[in-house]
Amino acid sequence: MGAIFFWIGMALLPLIGFASDSTSFDYYMFMGQSMLIYAIAVLGLNLLIGFNGQISLGHSAFFALGAYTTAILMGFAGVPYWATIPVAAAVCFMAGLLFGFPALKLEGHYLALATFTLAIAMPQLLKYKAIAGWTGGVGGLLLDKPDPPAWTGLSPDQFLYYLCLGIAALLFWLVRNLLRGRSGLALMAVRDHAMAASTMGIDLAGTKTIAFGISAGITGVAGALSAITVAYVAPDSFTLQLSISFLVGLVVGGIASLPGCLVGGAFIVLVQNSAQSISDWMKDTFALRYDVPAWAIYGVLLLALMYVLPAGIAGGAARLRLFVSTRIWGASK
Amino acid sequence: MEFFVQQIAAGLTSGAIYACVALGLVMIYVSTDHINFAQGEMAMFATYLAWAMIDAGVPYWAAFGLTVLIAFSGGVFIQRVVLKPLEHAPVLALVVCFIALLSIFNAIAGMIWSYTIKQFPTPFPARDVFGNGLVSVQQLGVVAVTMVMLAILTVFFRYTTLGLAMRAAAQNPVSARLMGVRVSWMLALGWGLAAGIGAIAGMLVAPIVFLDPNMMTGILVYGFAGALVGGIGNPMGAVAGGFIVGVLENLVGSYVIGNELKLSFALVIVIGVLLLKPAGLFGRIIVRRV
Repeated sequence: MGAIFFWIGMALLPLIGFASDSTSFDYYMFMGQSMLIYAIAVLGLNLLIGFNGQISLGHSAFFALGAYTTAILMGFAGVPYWATIPVAAAVCFMAGLLFGFPALKLEGHYLALATFTLAIAMPQLLKYKAIAGWTGGVGGLLLDKPDPPAWTGLSPDQFLYYLCLGIAALLFWLVRNLLRGRSGLALMAVRDHAMAASTMGIDLAGTKTIAFGISAGITGVAGALSAITVAYVAPDSFTLQLSISFLVGLVVGGIASLPGCLVGGAFIVLVQNSAQSISDWMKDTFALRYDVPAWAIYGVLLLALMYVLPAGIAGGAARLRLFVSTRIWGASK
Repeated sequence: MEFFVQQIAAGLTSGAIYACVALGLVMIYVSTDHINFAQGEMAMFATYLAWAMIDAGVPYWAAFGLTVLIAFSGGVFIQRVVLKPLEHAPVLALVVCFIALLSIFNAIAGMIWSYTIKQFPTPFPARDVFGNGLVSVQQLGVVAVTMVMLAILTVFFRYTTLGLAMRAAAQNPVSARLMGVRVSWMLALGWGLAAGIGAIAGMLVAPIVFLDPNMMTGILVYGFAGALVGGIGNPMGAVAGGFIVGVLENLVGSYVIGNELKLSFALVIVIGVLLLKPAGLFGRIIVRRV
């Protein structure tokens, strides 16, 4: 129920901007798009890591695949932007299945290692000469931002915000339903105790491969949306760093928490946008000689969260709620 | 033929460096069962320290020794302070922790020394061994340093009490603890050794690839590949694996796929080994009781 209010609230939020008629409004809309896109990517990763217990550091590669699928379809085949999104999802789903298949044999550190290698190899692969005719090589591909339908009366950035919002809401709803059903229980059973799960008749290999495929597909949709909203794809935006930012979003928001994905997505964009001001503030406060880079902040934060708040912000909020309801309210009765 | 020999020599040189990185990974893997994703960035950071010392006028070999010592203490420090509290944490927490270390080292190196490429001095003279353009002294030197390091490590693990204690702690922590070995400190020592070996790898490779905060990323991937080919639990195997991967990489790069897909080749090796022969060429197959 709360979720419905949240999405309605997100849809109404731009109305404040419509009223204020400010010029920087489109910029905030763009930030909103990025937050939603990152939230979708984190959702994909969370389905795999949080709910299925498979560690992937290579989701930047699936994000890239989704983005390039959309870019190539839009740029060369003239496919309308909305039609490329399901194609990107399908392509990434297949790629995820293919990669998930060898990943079956790997657990924990080994899976992390194989996907880490994938993330590092991806930019180089995208720059490869033989496919440069399609991918644009090092320079990447420029796209046209889609025009909103005339009847909406929205600017392109406002329209794209609603596009991202609609797709995010749809995906979160689908994943929620998936997790509540039999397949979702199977996913979590595999994570919690693989052997017990297989004794209960769950097909371990099938479940894990499908989970990898769905996870890659969702992250691919995020990639497709990013290609549409940024209107540009280039190999060097899809490095290991991108995977790390997904991981940051996942850990900050909360492992195995759906609302946590939204928190994580918003957090990634906020830190990226305010990296300079955070750095300035730290320079003044601690009298540092150097700029503090965003990645150092990410790193320290990851470490700190692993110690104090291993369940992320969503988990911390749940604990706080429990504490308040048992100690404070419980005592006053 | 001459080209072929040159490629083999170049392959052995990069192989020696991959072998060092792989050896560092194995040090941590055998003592803690963890794969250290920050190994490359730790090595890069140590190399910057060496660069700063040499830049300030310290002679090369003094800076070399000091850097290895600092890296060793740094490794011990990281294990005691950062990883000790997470000893019984799930794998995900550890992977996150290593990724965090990777980001921190990379960002701090970029912050202090900037992302511009720097030249790193080499102690070896720039001439050929045989005077016919096949093998340079630099290449021979890199391989020799790796071999000497391997010999020292072998002696250490085989013939010293401390080395024996470390092996005992890795193989059977409970029994080792009952025999009076301080297992937790042995792990820290393993981290220290790994960091020291990494620093050597960094200083050897920096004159070849030039020094910048991202110089170790690709090399780390090849180190992984080498460690896996040789069997990630076996130091000798890791060194052999490093050399094999180095030579293969150079031959495949110059005769088959070109230099642009070298990292994808590492990906193929990693996945191929994990799928076909997870224990590697020289590793033991571990049977786990369930």
